[in-house]
Amino acid sequence: MPELLSVKNLKIEATSYPPGEQPKVVTLVEGVSFDLQKGKVLGLIGESGAGKSTIGLSALAYGRGGCRIIGGEVLLNGRDILKLDRSGINSVRGAQVCYVAQSAAAAFNPAHKLGDQVIEASLRHGIMTRDEAEKRALYLFRVLGLPNPETFGDRYPHQVSGGQLQRAMTAMALCPNPELIVFDEPTTALDVTTQIDVLAAIKHAIEETNTAALYITHDLAVVAQISDDIMVLRHGKTVEYGTTKQVIEAPKEDYTRALVSVRQTKRDEASDQSGALLKIERIHAGYANGFKVLHEVSMHLPKGQTLAIVGESGSGKSTLARVITGLLPPSEGRITFDGKELPRALKGRTNDELRRIQMIYQMADTAMNPRQTVRDIIGRPLSFYFGMHGARKTERVKELLDQIEMGPRFLDRYPAELSGGQKQRVAIARALAARPELILCDEPTSALDPLVAEGILNLLLRLQEETAVSYVFITHDIAIVRAIADSVAVMHRGRLVRFGPKSKVLSPPFDDYTDLLLKSVPEMEIGWLEKVLKTRRMESAGN
Amino acid sequence: MMESGPMTGPVLTDGTAGEPPRSADLSGVPAKPNPTGEIGGTFWRRFGFRRPLAALILQRLGLSVGLLFAVSLMIFGGIEALPGDFATTYLGQSATPQAVENIRKDLGLDRPWSERYLNWLGGAVQGDFGTSWASKNSVSEQIGKRLGNSLFLAFFAALISVPLAVGLGMLAVQFRNRMPDKIINVISLAAISLPEFFIGYLLIMFFAVQWGVATFPATVYDSMSFTERLSAIALPVATLVLVVLAHMMRMTRAAILNVMSSAYVETAELKGLSTFRIIARHAAPNAVAPVINVIALNLAYLVVGVVVVEVVFVYPGMGQYMVDAVTVRDMPVVQACGLIFAAFYIFLNMAADVLAILANPRLRHPR
Amino acid sequence: MNLRSIPLSAWIGIAGIAIAILCAIFAPVIAPYGERDVVGEIWLPAGGDFLLGTDNLGRDLLSRLIYGARTTIFVALAATVVSFSLGMILSFAAAVMGGFVDQLFSRFNDLMMAIPTLIFALVVLAVLPQHLWILILVMAVLDSTRVFRIGRAVALDVAVMEFVEAARLRGEGSLWIIFREILPNTLSPLLAEFGLRFAFSILFLSTLSFLGLGIQPPAADWGGMVKDNKDGIIFGISAALVPGAAIATLAICVNLVVDWLMKRTSSLKGGRGDA
Repeated sequence: MPELLSVKNLKIEATSYPPGEQPKVVTLVEGVSFDLQKGKVLGLIGESGAGKSTIGLSALAYGRGGCRIIGGEVLLNGRDILKLDRSGINSVRGAQVCYVAQSAAAAFNPAHKLGDQVIEASLRHGIMTRDEAEKRALYLFRVLGLPNPETFGDRYPHQVSGGQLQRAMTAMALCPNPELIVFDEPTTALDVTTQIDVLAAIKHAIEETNTAALYITHDLAVVAQISDDIMVLRHGKTVEYGTTKQVIEAPKEDYTRALVSVRQTKRDEASDQSGALLKIERIHAGYANGFKVLHEVSMHLPKGQTLAIVGESGSGKSTLARVITGLLPPSEGRITFDGKELPRALKGRTNDELRRIQMIYQMADTAMNPRQTVRDIIGRPLSFYFGMHGARKTERVKELLDQIEMGPRFLDRYPAELSGGQKQRVAIARALAARPELILCDEPTSALDPLVAEGILNLLLRLQEETAVSYVFITHDIAIVRAIADSVAVMHRGRLVRFGPKSKVLSPPFDDYTDLLLKSVPEMEIGWLEKVLKTRRMESAGN
Repeated sequence: MMESGPMTGPVLTDGTAGEPPRSADLSGVPAKPNPTGEIGGTFWRRFGFRRPLAALILQRLGLSVGLLFAVSLMIFGGIEALPGDFATTYLGQSATPQAVENIRKDLGLDRPWSERYLNWLGGAVQGDFGTSWASKNSVSEQIGKRLGNSLFLAFFAALISVPLAVGLGMLAVQFRNRMPDKIINVISLAAISLPEFFIGYLLIMFFAVQWGVATFPATVYDSMSFTERLSAIALPVATLVLVVLAHMMRMTRAAILNVMSSAYVETAELKGLSTFRIIARHAAPNAVAPVINVIALNLAYLVVGVVVVEVVFVYPGMGQYMVDAVTVRDMPVVQACGLIFAAFYIFLNMAADVLAILANPRLRHPR
Repeated sequence: MNLRSIPLSAWIGIAGIAIAILCAIFAPVIAPYGERDVVGEIWLPAGGDFLLGTDNLGRDLLSRLIYGARTTIFVALAATVVSFSLGMILSFAAAVMGGFVDQLFSRFNDLMMAIPTLIFALVVLAVLPQHLWILILVMAVLDSTRVFRIGRAVALDVAVMEFVEAARLRGEGSLWIIFREILPNTLSPLLAEFGLRFAFSILFLSTLSFLGLGIQPPAADWGGMVKDNKDGIIFGISAALVPGAAIATLAICVNLVVDWLMKRTSSLKGGRGDA
């Protein structure tokens, strides 16, 4: 069978302009080769910086932001598209090969109706008449499960939700009947429950139209649901390339094995869940403009244990963290910490009360002052709460660096000189420096690559064993909950849906929302998607 | 007026893209429609919910009227609060107590200032700005003649500079980071740094004195024909054009570049569309609003620019009238001119905002 | 940062500013004649005893230019420093305190900015007595509205960052938050803004002097020198163009440095590649 797309020995470079230095040429992709047959799906998977998007765009002979394809061949039906001139390449793009971007919200032109944008490529390339194109768009809107498909095309991009936009973008790519579609992390920006529906819609649509696809993602479990073959990439090079079954069930390389087994850790919950370090009682909270976010939320956390708060965006879980810290005083209800009621607002709390509750953020980048060194960042709580300075302070900072598995050589580095995982570790050390009894963790691993995230979770678990610190862990990821929690609170639209010991919350009988949430987290198992779609009771509301 | 909404914090921490924050760059955007469904509220709130566009524009118009009123208060009352007495400064060295007393009575300064302000404002609304202290002529009459001259000058400067600036800006984008762009960048950077009077005298030196192809001073009078007027204002218009051109061009370039680097232009490119279609269909509709904004802001600048240019070319417009009045401390004239200049400035800024609102598809097609 | 990364254009700017400042500091040493001495015929052409010729009263143009650098730079710099301090203090206060204070300051600032700067200056200077410090103060207050606006925007940008929130959660006071958390992260754009304001002050001062409302004779300043010599233009005497060129050159030099600073700031902010 002839290959539809055949990439041979691809090499891609980019020039970076570090401020205050000479421009540097970086190799992004080197020696990557793969083949794709008609109607098949190849998953490209890797961490950020693995070069997967760059490879995907090379199928359209496109280099984003100064990327240059400098070596290799990209054969589409046997013809090297890298050698085409501008008009030649324009006749490939949007006709034979189409692209679905990660953020459909930005990729649609705000000035035009969705329908016009969906059929534009088909009309411009003379593939079909306006009538035919509109009919096809309607058909695709139906296949993709968009609401009111007849009138959907009359709407503007800002008038529909993120999940719908992502499907509309898929329709836009499918409309000209291309032979190949490049999906660039199409579900990453969506909520978990929406992600499954969009993923299912995409899978259904490409099967229905028999289109080949390159599916780019960082999530192996997602790609396992949709692709025939998988290529694992790291630092712009191929790690492993094989059929989905082989890669998932019998990975050859260590790196792939680690990716497959990630998020498999499970921890038993503490047997005794009586007593409460933190007690939240009937909290109501909202913003100054009258928008109410939390309704009657109560939960509690025993000393030395972990309470996981799960929910999607808009569930109010981050707002709850702000209420606990005092940044957002609740309008009703009370918070008790170690038997004493906490003043509602930050201003009313003593330094000691502040010291005992510390916080770790999702984005370690913005949570640390870029103009301070690691020494200053970790040292400040030491001098602020305990009046340490000089050699004693340095000693203690070094101890803390040891605790987070980073040596003293990091003392005088700036945050910009650290990797994402290292930054998050420093943020943890800053929290530990205050000798807190409770650490609020607001999605501390969701911006990190899976293996790095795993490391952070293990670190947090070890620190809990060593220091008996308690965690409130905010997340949208059930796998993390399984790995670390003792008790779980499920939140939905500002209300508490379910609360109790992990074993109870995560086992049936379920309420509808918890059922949906549990069935929305992709598992590293081929055929999981079909199974889940058959058994779940409720469709996600956010699409 | 670039304020970001107070809601950005909590939205970001949840880390999902969802939809981009709506038009946080426009001032006075009403708070997001209340999701809890308390739409009842006042009439205004319901109106703002159903017709956000009309509500926003009305709001902006109201703001401008309020601003103009506050400015009039400032120009009249604020000056009153400053140290120094009109009569004393007016008389200068020869201020004997008796003379000061007389002149105060003469000019009506003995009445309380609130009464004088209301009188003045009432007159101003009807187009009557009182009489000049220096010449005892009606201020409105003088302004009537000179305002037309100034607008004549500004109109032709705008007529030439706007297309030229937009064209050059597009040229710079087309050749981004290549030679023509770099040359335009250096020249415009230099042009921004030139004071108006320097450009003016430079032009006079070469075109009027050395080569004798233009006239100086640029006097215009009633009996002049239209073409005679045009040739008289050639140099002042050229000066004004040079003054605003660089600014307008640089801002146009930035506005277009911003649109060209957006994700939807990349989408268009990946659809295999021609360069012309990408620019005409995908970039232009989104670049119109910022470019119009740039133009309106620079026209506002132009109105003020006429002051210096008129003095350089001895052109009988509002600017020169005002500067002369300031040197002899002829307060009624200064206040009237100040208010009119401010009114034009406020009006053009408002026009810029309203056009930006009108060009925003998110507001034109509410959910 | 190393010296090699500074582009040629910025070096030219730095050199120009340095020369102007040296002239200003050592004016009595460098200038061949006194600031106010009538030394020859009026409007003598350039060359001979008088390198740049003489002015409308027969004073040496070069000497006046050198002394003028003193007045012009001093007044413009003083006005910029005052306007910057005023604008920064008020804008940071508004950004950090928020709420009512922010509303009050911002609305008043909007009002001030609704009147064009030059027109505002003309109205105010018509009433006030003519003193150097009044001139500096008026320029500073009018200019501080622009500083306030940008300062508030920059501070708000930084103030919503999580490391500032983290400092608040730690219990830090407002002073620590402003000086240790926010200010170090805003220095680069603010430095560029300072340069921009300085260039604007030079032009603004020159314009006021040219209109006869700035620095009063017989003190030499560049804008005033243009005014003094403007009547010569019609006779083809270029004496008015010399100080005009000096103003333009200094402003260009400052802008060249600002341009580099701004590029540097934006490349620090951006540069997030997506692979």
